[in-house]
Amino acid sequence: MRAHKFDVIVVGAGGSGLMAALYATKNAQGSVAVISKLYPTRSHTGAAQGGVGAALGNVDEDSWEWHMFDTIKGGDYLTDQDAAEIFAKDVIDAVYELEHMGLPFSRLPDGKIAQRRFGGHTREFGKAPVHRACYAADRTGHMILQTLYQNSIKEGVNFFNEFLVLDMILEEDADGGQVCKGVIAMDIASGELHTFHAKSVVLATGGNGRMFKVTSNAHALTGDLTAIAYRRGIPLEDMEFYQFHPTGLYKLGVLLTEGVRGEGGILRNGAGERFMERYAPTIKDLAPRDIVSRSMYMEIREGRGAGPNKDYILLDITHLDPKIIEERLPDIADFSRTYLRVEPTTEPVPVNPTAHYTMGGIPTTIDGEVLWGTQNNEIVHGLYAAGEVACVSLHGANRLGTNSLGDLIVFGRRAGVAAAKYANENALLPITDDVARRAEDLISRTRNASGKESVAKIRAEMQQSMQDNASVFRTEETLSAQVEILRGLNERYTQIGISDRSERFNTEMIEAIELGFLLDNAETLVHSALNRRESRGAHSREDFTERNDPDYLKHTMIYRKEIGHTEIKWRDVVLGKYEPKPRVY
Amino acid sequence: MQATFKIQRYNPEKDKKPYWAEYTLEVDAKDRILDILHKIKWEMDGSLSFRRSCAHGICGSDAMMINGKNRLACKVLMMDLGTTTVTVEAIRGLPVEKDLIVDMKPFFDSYEAVMPYFIGDAVPPATEYIQSHAEEKIIDASTKCILCACCTTSCPIFWVNGQYLGPAAIVQAHRFIFDSRDRAGAQRLEILNQTTGVWRCRTAYNCTEACPRDIPITEIIGQVKRALMYGTA
Repeated sequence: MRAHKFDVIVVGAGGSGLMAALYATKNAQGSVAVISKLYPTRSHTGAAQGGVGAALGNVDEDSWEWHMFDTIKGGDYLTDQDAAEIFAKDVIDAVYELEHMGLPFSRLPDGKIAQRRFGGHTREFGKAPVHRACYAADRTGHMILQTLYQNSIKEGVNFFNEFLVLDMILEEDADGGQVCKGVIAMDIASGELHTFHAKSVVLATGGNGRMFKVTSNAHALTGDLTAIAYRRGIPLEDMEFYQFHPTGLYKLGVLLTEGVRGEGGILRNGAGERFMERYAPTIKDLAPRDIVSRSMYMEIREGRGAGPNKDYILLDITHLDPKIIEERLPDIADFSRTYLRVEPTTEPVPVNPTAHYTMGGIPTTIDGEVLWGTQNNEIVHGLYAAGEVACVSLHGANRLGTNSLGDLIVFGRRAGVAAAKYANENALLPITDDVARRAEDLISRTRNASGKESVAKIRAEMQQSMQDNASVFRTEETLSAQVEILRGLNERYTQIGISDRSERFNTEMIEAIELGFLLDNAETLVHSALNRRESRGAHSREDFTERNDPDYLKHTMIYRKEIGHTEIKWRDVVLGKYEPKPRVY
Repeated sequence: MQATFKIQRYNPEKDKKPYWAEYTLEVDAKDRILDILHKIKWEMDGSLSFRRSCAHGICGSDAMMINGKNRLACKVLMMDLGTTTVTVEAIRGLPVEKDLIVDMKPFFDSYEAVMPYFIGDAVPPATEYIQSHAEEKIIDASTKCILCACCTTSCPIFWVNGQYLGPAAIVQAHRFIFDSRDRAGAQRLEILNQTTGVWRCRTAYNCTEACPRDIPITEIIGQVKRALMYGTA
């Protein structure tokens, strides 16, 4: 066991983690360190493609109010409007800041940052699509991740790479509230445990898409810190709202950016029809993702899918100038050629919705402070969260394309600033939590597990059943069945066996621990979804097909009682200038 | 179809030296090599260790030597190999930690040595720097780099001289030296002009052939050499 002391610890080295680390380093009087399960440049921010939305107005007239409105409407009015306002205003300067850090954006003929259209982003409150997504070809996330990592090296940020966080140091403070004093992690290279004792901690570990079978998410996205928070009594907010991106490569789920449609790509059914004209007559293929994914499944269900089994949809860019494809969409063309052997300039690409993004997460205030209760003053002292792991709630019931990258830079920065301020104003408190014993137990129990159950089989069954019962369409029946399936899988999880007993790079043990995290994430999603008897944004209940504002215009806050048993409370939505209206595009 | 995978294994906790392990299993022509490694790990031998994350060629975790060539395991399909006998070993020139996992620290140390970060004007413009299409295009390829190390660990000079910064670090330096907005190109050129820099390159071309992002690395190294000789940066 090794012990470290820092003023601020950031967990996760994707966009939000690096942004938080840069701002914590700038603002903290003491030391800052980042702990990451991967080398920072492997983080999944790097897989984001299409752009970061900001009302720069470089191509069309645009305003932050339109962006704010689109975000709220896109979120089916579950978005907290204070967060959306801060976001739409601040993301403009944040994009310029990234450019000043060196980010190589694609350019317009006049040399300014290029912008493209994206789903749900409109001018004048829904009249027509607007060019708002600032892009670097189709590798915008890669360039954000590289740029932030480069600047972290420039600023001398401390990194602990390939460390798996196992638990948080979380204690009650003198006045009955809660305080976070650090984390405990395993050095993957050696298997050794390290405690990171800190004045403040920022969680920025991203999503949990690996609970589904077909996903755009990296293998590493196993919801580690949402699970750890949930196990330690912190509620998770709006976990039923899970986004399926419409265009994942058939069967593989590899992301093809919405920017393809922003550049003029069209979705067609098996008959070649541009079916989105029927579902969203005004903005068609550029409707928000929840609507497009549902429409695609409706087409397939009604027998209008493409292919020999009529089980996919076609993404058609054959009418675009091949030069535009090579210049602005080179990576997605490469994915289509490499994995499906489809030449996108001459043949339409087979696609299906792919599990992509969790709108829910660890509840925070607009400064990233983590809540233990349902009110803004019920915060865990010293604990912050930002990015996909958090729920601020900017994205409400459905995130608009590009707003994830904007979220990282705007709220990652706010969390970093707030965590540094807290560290400057507070002393390092002694640890009384027996976190070390818990972490040692978890490691020795898993490393020496000798039961009959296979981690890979349990994981595959979880992924398949989540896909079948809790993905784009849900009912009381499928969700209730999934509650029971998860209980059974959790039971079997206590009987796993692994073969690798070694200390260093024990990736078999890591996968087993990650499966435990995923099962907890799945539980929060399914229980929350069962409890919300309405359809809103990405949560589509076939037995309750309408949005029900009188009963459900509120955030879910799920608490664990014991494995398989939860308690759900509610949190008010921050309303404001945009009144909830029917969501038509 | 059935395939035979010969994988170089080494766990320093129990093995005195590396050895080849053989696995025969059912595979599909469209399987990624990474899918097959997972199948081996999940169904045959849980102790097989390798890095991976995104599984579609963007994160750069799973560089390994597959049938003698450096590749990302997630970007090569079974059908690309034209054989059902596949050898997989760790990339060369970096210390092996366990099986297909190498110590990446020397690689990232070289990366950090070239000042891989933007240095702009003391007072940046109120909005964005202006950059033309032509200026943008010069660095387009080098900005694609995902730091997977396929290039550096395929370089024969790097194998025999670990002090050589290697192609990946030069690509990263190029990305800033030729960025019209950057102001520290001369300092980076000075770093690359040292005995550990570009002059070590003998244009073996291995790096260009190994790059999973199709970056014309040899050409990029040539541009840096010309910049040093003729001041063309």
